[in-house]
Amino acid sequence: MALVEQGKTVAQPWWFERITAPWWVLAAVLLTMPVWVNDFILFQVMGWTFILGMIALSMMFLAGYGGMVSLIQMSVAAMGGYMVAIFGTSGMGEISMGLSWWLYIPIAIVIAAIFGTIVGALAVRTEGIYTIMITLAIAAAFFYFTRQNYTIFNGYSGFNLVVPPMLFGVDWRQPMPFYYLSLGCAVLCYLAVVYVARAPFGLALQGVRDNPRRMAALGFNVTAHRVAAYTFASVIAAIGGILLVWQNAQIAPGTAGIPAVIDILVIAVVGGISRPIGPFIGALIYVLLRTFSPDVLMAFGLSGERFKLLIGLGFLTVVFFSPDGVLGLWDRWQARRARSRDPLTGGET
Amino acid sequence: MTLVEDTRAADRLGSVSSGNALELRGVTKMFGALSAISDVTLTVQSGERRAVLGSNGAGKTTLFNCVTGDFLPTSGTIRLFGEDVTRFPAYERIRRGLRRTYQISLLFNGLTVADNVYLACRGVSRGRFSFLRPREDDALLTRADELVEAVHLTEWRDTAVANLSYGQQRQLEIALALAGAPRFILFDEPAAGLSPAERAELVAILRGLPGHIGYIIIEHDMDVALRVAESVTMMHNGRIFKEGTPEEIENDQEVQELYLGDGHG
Ligand SMILES: Nc1ncnc2c1ncn2[C@@H]1O[C@H](COP(=O)(O)OP(=O)(O)OP(=O)(O)O)[C@@H](O)[C@H]1O
Ligand SMILES: [Mg+2]
Repeated sequence: MALVEQGKTVAQPWWFERITAPWWVLAAVLLTMPVWVNDFILFQVMGWTFILGMIALSMMFLAGYGGMVSLIQMSVAAMGGYMVAIFGTSGMGEISMGLSWWLYIPIAIVIAAIFGTIVGALAVRTEGIYTIMITLAIAAAFFYFTRQNYTIFNGYSGFNLVVPPMLFGVDWRQPMPFYYLSLGCAVLCYLAVVYVARAPFGLALQGVRDNPRRMAALGFNVTAHRVAAYTFASVIAAIGGILLVWQNAQIAPGTAGIPAVIDILVIAVVGGISRPIGPFIGALIYVLLRTFSPDVLMAFGLSGERFKLLIGLGFLTVVFFSPDGVLGLWDRWQARRARSRDPLTGGET
Repeated sequence: MTLVEDTRAADRLGSVSSGNALELRGVTKMFGALSAISDVTLTVQSGERRAVLGSNGAGKTTLFNCVTGDFLPTSGTIRLFGEDVTRFPAYERIRRGLRRTYQISLLFNGLTVADNVYLACRGVSRGRFSFLRPREDDALLTRADELVEAVHLTEWRDTAVANLSYGQQRQLEIALALAGAPRFILFDEPAAGLSPAERAELVAILRGLPGHIGYIIIEHDMDVALRVAESVTMMHNGRIFKEGTPEEIENDQEVQELYLGDGHG
């Protein structure tokens, strides 16, 4: 009773009052970015950051909230991308059906979600390392299948000339429109994950992560909950995959090859899987390294191809010094700052 | 304060089913070659309060695990409120009004006290898969807060479970078992490790439960067990050894030799 009365007397803050200053700054920076950076940064750096961030976000949702490390997310994204090419238009007129965007986009998301759900249904019966292995095996199978299948996936060459629809007279593949498109999708996916994490579904998923046995003893169907988490994550991965195929204007088996699958894992781990912002931080670091380290390497007389080595070393460093990624580093730094500011709270935080 | 919500609904359900909350027939559970419980036949009526006693390794916890569906029994049948639930998954049994606490706390360490109790309330109601956050005045949130208060954890409602003391975790265990409309509860050594004051509190909570709620309590502390139970089952080596009223058990020669003498009392 006391609780309800309290709610009446104490003025509830508006939702935007709860957003802290750093988020306002970030929003301002992201919204005004096209004014002060060039098209290359917009399209190649930020576009890729949002896309890879979304796909890694779907992995973070499963790993961070569900305790399930799934390596299938890149394949689910690619499935979404392939379906856009197959049901929409591409350079492969014999296969592509040329449906309009309001049909092929939902179809692509639904098919990718079904694919992710089926993989989830197979994977949720395993735990830990076995989940990683079974999802990796299916990801590998998906790669080889798309490479060998010519009737649907057009085998080795895949699909080219897959571009976004000319909606509202805008060419969405131009750097600035694409920047805002991918930013909008990334923000929506991010907010969806933040919101769902505190909804009964997300809370129950965290319960399943912490203690599946107790969840069953509270009346939850743990298996169904895990599978549903795969479905939700697949929708996010599929949106990322659709943007990815538009960004590349093409899709081929290599899009979801094993290196790409591992890249998503690296991005999620480097960023940190404890909060949904982590994957985007990881994606930005990855894309910056990928984009600029070849120049740096060549300045030192090394082959530009070696940027993977840098990324691998960065991955090792992070895993070694901060298993919870850059987010973990940040949290510990904040905690230390808070402690040094106030000697009274010098204890454990 | 009422600890248990919607007693009328639970009473209604209770009157439909048979008079027995729990009926075990020849339940056996093997772990490899070891039979943790053998041929256990046991009936507990609706609303009955039973204590299960027995030395370490007697099979008491295993009995609970079979009843809740944490483990499937190797053989035998289990009926809950007249319904054969032997092959039901745990969550189906819980949704029928069964609850339990664990001997070693099984909580959600990454979540707060309030979230733990909210999950318990959500698990036995609809909307388990809801993607919509509960409103501020959501009935289940209010209900969860009442349960948190009933076990004296209001001050810690926003604390992560990992940061609670042992005694507080034990109290949270009890709150989780009281969520929703329980009809029959299995308490696995709820008093273990509690201070005398906390024990008295526990006894008060148990005695304050509405009459239609039956339970089985595993308890080594005879003082607690005899104050909260009207009948007693003794287990030994995985078998039921004696059943009777607390007085009969206390005065039984064999029981005294076997159990009360070995330092548990
Ligand atoms: N999961 C398991 N796997 C293998 N053996 C088990 C398992 N659970 C229990 N046992 C064995 O079954 C027997 C009964 O154990 P149980 O935990 O039911 O005893 P208990 O009466 O609850 O004892 P305590 O008073 O110590 O809690 C013991 O010998 C135990 O080692
Ligand atoms: Mg036990």
